[in-house]
Amino acid sequence: MVLQEIAKMLDAEVVCGQEQINKNIRHAFAADLMSDVLRLDTSEMLLITGLANVQVIRTAEMSDIWCILFVRGKQVTPEMRALAENCGITLLQCKQSMFKVCGELYQAGLLPLY
Amino acid sequence: MEFSYHIEGGDFSKAGLASSEVKKILKQLNVSASVIKRVVVALYEAEVNVVAHAYEGDVRVDIAPERVVVVVEDRGPGIPDIPLAMQEGYSTASAAVREMGFGAGMGLPNMRKNSDELNIESEVGKGTKVTMLTRFNP
Ligand SMILES: Nc1ncnc2c1ncn2[C@@H]1O[C@H](COP(=O)(O)OP(=O)(O)O)[C@@H](O)[C@H]1O
Ligand SMILES: [Mg+2]
Repeated sequence: MVLQEIAKMLDAEVVCGQEQINKNIRHAFAADLMSDVLRLDTSEMLLITGLANVQVIRTAEMSDIWCILFVRGKQVTPEMRALAENCGITLLQCKQSMFKVCGELYQAGLLPLY
Repeated sequence: MEFSYHIEGGDFSKAGLASSEVKKILKQLNVSASVIKRVVVALYEAEVNVVAHAYEGDVRVDIAPERVVVVVEDRGPGIPDIPLAMQEGYSTASAAVREMGFGAGMGLPNMRKNSDELNIESEVGKGTKVTMLTRFNP
């Protein structure tokens, strides 16, 4: 799926990294625990999370993850945004619950990592 | 080449600064993306451990053409039982650490997975020294 389609489907706001909005995404991983994200060998994925702090961006930076979707109305802080811009990470935020977002994206064809 | 960074215990907002710098340096040296990821994920886990479990620490990074050695040494409570701490899922992390998205007891196992050699020395009441070696051409 193209990131733009995902944003549109979920009525998600693109907080930063608009320049990657036409990139394609095939896999997604959902977690509120960054410890779980740091164990993944894959980088090509959309990270879906309900945790909004700077460590989420740091985790993505170290893991080479280029796109994060914040769910449940979690707001990206200015500090998170600045770091993400610095690292070339696209941030999206939407209001729906984790369950709904994952269900919709799965149905639309995004694949799980395992 | 050698670099060093200081880590403040308890300050989650700064965890990852050293890893971020090391990532930039390794990129400039044209180290492959997969090796960089291993090195910085392991270092990031070590940084988080200093922030979560110790008072303060220092990171020393030594880069040679064929490998990188990362030493993370802290002043802190130390680890009484290292084999126990190495077990997947073992954690003494506080609720506050868990709220930050860490504390699953997977950090040390992940550091082992992402380095070619891992050595942990610790003295209770004094601190912990973690040494990780990763080769560029495995
Ligand atoms: N630098 C350290 N100083 C003191 N204790 C530590 C340190 N690093 C790890 N530990 C101990 O080892 C346990 C396991 O560490 P780790 O696998 O990283 O899991 P977590 O950090 O999620 O608890 C920690 O909960 C803690 O008890
Ligand atoms: Mg840890």
